[in-house]
Amino acid sequence: MPFPEEPRNTAEGAGAPAVELRRIDKRFGAVHANRDVSLAVAPGTIHGIVGENGAGKTTLMNVLYGFYRADRGEIRVAGRAVAIGGSQDAIAAGIGMVHQHFMLVDTFTVAENVILGVEGGALLASGTERARRELARLAREYALEVPPDALAGDLPVGLQQRVEILKALYRGAGVLILDEPTGALTPPEAGHLFRILRRLGAQGKTVILITHKLREIMAVTDRVSVMRQGRMVAHRDTAGTTIPELAELMVGRRVLLRVEKGPARPGRELLAVERLSVHDPRGAPRVRDVSFTVRAGEIVGIAGVAGNGQSELLEALAGLRPVSGGRILLAGEPVGSGRPGLRRRGLAHVPEDRRRMGLVMPFEARESAILGYHDDSRYRRAGLLDWAAVSRDTAGKMSAFDVRPAEPRRITAAFSGGNQQKLVLAREIERDPLVLLVGQPTRGVDVGAIEFIHRRLVAMRAAGKAILLVSAELDEIMGLSDRILVMYGGSIAGELPAGRATEQALGLLMAGAGTRRAARGAR
Amino acid sequence: MAVPVLDSTLRLSVPLILAALAGLFSERSGIIDIGLEGKMLGAAFAAAATAALTGSPWAGLAAGVGVSVLLAMVHGYACITHRGNQVVSGLALNILASGLTAVLGVAWFAQGGRTPQLPGEARFLLLEWPGAAALRDMPGLGAVYGELLSGHNLLVYLAFLAVPAVGWVLYRTRFGLRLRAAGENPHSVDAAGVPVPGLRYRALVCTGVLCGVAGTYLSLAQSAGFINDMTAGKGYIALAALIFGKWRPVPAMLACLLFGLLDAVAIRLQGTDIPGVGEVPVQLVQALPYILTVVLLAGFIGRAVPPRALGVPYVKER
Repeated sequence: MPFPEEPRNTAEGAGAPAVELRRIDKRFGAVHANRDVSLAVAPGTIHGIVGENGAGKTTLMNVLYGFYRADRGEIRVAGRAVAIGGSQDAIAAGIGMVHQHFMLVDTFTVAENVILGVEGGALLASGTERARRELARLAREYALEVPPDALAGDLPVGLQQRVEILKALYRGAGVLILDEPTGALTPPEAGHLFRILRRLGAQGKTVILITHKLREIMAVTDRVSVMRQGRMVAHRDTAGTTIPELAELMVGRRVLLRVEKGPARPGRELLAVERLSVHDPRGAPRVRDVSFTVRAGEIVGIAGVAGNGQSELLEALAGLRPVSGGRILLAGEPVGSGRPGLRRRGLAHVPEDRRRMGLVMPFEARESAILGYHDDSRYRRAGLLDWAAVSRDTAGKMSAFDVRPAEPRRITAAFSGGNQQKLVLAREIERDPLVLLVGQPTRGVDVGAIEFIHRRLVAMRAAGKAILLVSAELDEIMGLSDRILVMYGGSIAGELPAGRATEQALGLLMAGAGTRRAARGAR
Repeated sequence: MAVPVLDSTLRLSVPLILAALAGLFSERSGIIDIGLEGKMLGAAFAAAATAALTGSPWAGLAAGVGVSVLLAMVHGYACITHRGNQVVSGLALNILASGLTAVLGVAWFAQGGRTPQLPGEARFLLLEWPGAAALRDMPGLGAVYGELLSGHNLLVYLAFLAVPAVGWVLYRTRFGLRLRAAGENPHSVDAAGVPVPGLRYRALVCTGVLCGVAGTYLSLAQSAGFINDMTAGKGYIALAALIFGKWRPVPAMLACLLFGLLDAVAIRLQGTDIPGVGEVPVQLVQALPYILTVVLLAGFIGRAVPPRALGVPYVKER
């Protein structure tokens, strides 16, 4: 093994590790986010850190970047112990971070964003000039072109991310941490990012990549470390490991990554959308003239980069947004403009954002579990809510959907993301609807729960329901759908049967019918 | 008639401009400041009381600024250190200043809450520009020079010089860049290695200083002493002007001048007959600036986009 398991004996090879964390421990109240975590990253390599949500990856990196102070443990950079009490210390030690949510000021230009914190004097003029020259140099060296005078808020996500990378490089970072960098990128943009990362590695920079997407780990990293429940459970050479092995290490048991499902047996049309248009409250078109159908016993997936009208389409179908043109047919019957009683007519909706639209976080689980169905006669006695019946009903849903802990009176917010999502699914699926609209069913959900949720959706399909799935995860779309529609700019850019949908084909459609300019992520 | 009205417009705008610039520092850093009113009032009282005791306007100014900065720091302690609600804190300061100035005024000076009438040398007096007297009677430029430009006190000139100065600080200095970033996305400032609380405290010091000058102007320049609640809502009008000005120095100044003009016209119209209408009721005239505030706030000025992090206490993630 070229790089030993125990980070203490890392003296072999090319000298000291670029970054070494020794026995880091960090608690947040009752939550033990990092337990005795050690990690060594060799200089000039791309090192992946994988783990489920809440495994402690981001906490660990925030400790390294000085956002949090570790309770115990030591940080060494290039062989020297450093005290990192704040981001300023991390920057001085040559560590840069590209955060999951970009730390950009939207109303500032690219150059202003880059110099923030390292203005080089009390006045801005000279610093801005220097930044401009330096940006031009970095652009040449690492293929990181960004217009220096554009407002950060006007840039597409891919370019905003480049600005974040430039910020770190401008501060002289030798170690670059990227936290879930591909979440909002199209496949071509992600490809470009990986080329940039390889180039950074080739020029001697060290890259730490945090992700839960195992295919990215396999595609770009040299080495990978796996975290589970706050502990570091394994270090592997990427070339010597496989996706199933990593998934098993992450979850602690075998996981089925591929959803097993039989051939589709589509029946009658349960949902038909005809020339549907949706405008946002400001009058801007969000969905343009969209038509499609979903039949009984099939899953239709809608793919697209976030912000291309998928959310608005889903909300319009669920009756949450006014429709400005076209019509919707539910089991052959047109849906009226006011759309009352949609749910009673067999339409169920798992919203994209469960925290904002799917659940009321301060409610007890049993209250969240009957949202929207609270006037059902099952929950009623003498004109009041029959709480005993609600509790019984919720306990039944919780055991059917493996919601843990199965306590109907627990506060909704106290469940993990995966269990919250299972609660929403239980509420909507247990009603036995005809049509199920599902948005981002596994966002922020750990691998074990993803497997469960996917199996339930496939079971709905086998039971002859029509399912419309909106997801930002291409793997999920490709794994579950029988047909895939790709949205771009509010329109359907193309439709592919699941058998013909490759990541490349979808990626081109997602980037706007595959024009080269759009594929590069430029405006 | 035009020149005297414009002349009083300038004088009436000064406290508004100073307070609006004060609010600009606070709000651009992400802290809502509805406590401009209270800081001005506290400063006005402190300045008048100190000038009455020492006979020096400069000591009065120092006391006014000191009290105003102190109140700003209380606001900071509540909103930055303890992440309290910024509106509640500002409101509390306004009530505190209104009550405390009245109580202390009665207790110290026993003149029904007023401070003693100040003699000329304890106030900021008018500065006569060279040759102004000679030119005053000349129509046109002479009148502009002699009446409009010359013959104000020091604080008036200071207020108008403060506008470009604040603009320069905001857009050309490191402090200004960080300040604006803290108001838009404080996480970006933290990630860049600059502590957000320190930055916001410094912004509030600037707010305190400018509010202090504004309050001092009221009691030592515009009047000759402190009267109960003499700010009369100017802090709120300045805040409104700041919003019309979209949190930018020059547009905020123009909004202040508009309010000052209305005020000047209102004073001018009192007791005069308008042909065909008759005498305009004093109450209506005095209400004009406030009516304008409501009308403009109701959206005539277009959507004003506030600093994105305005009013949100900064908490590191988790």
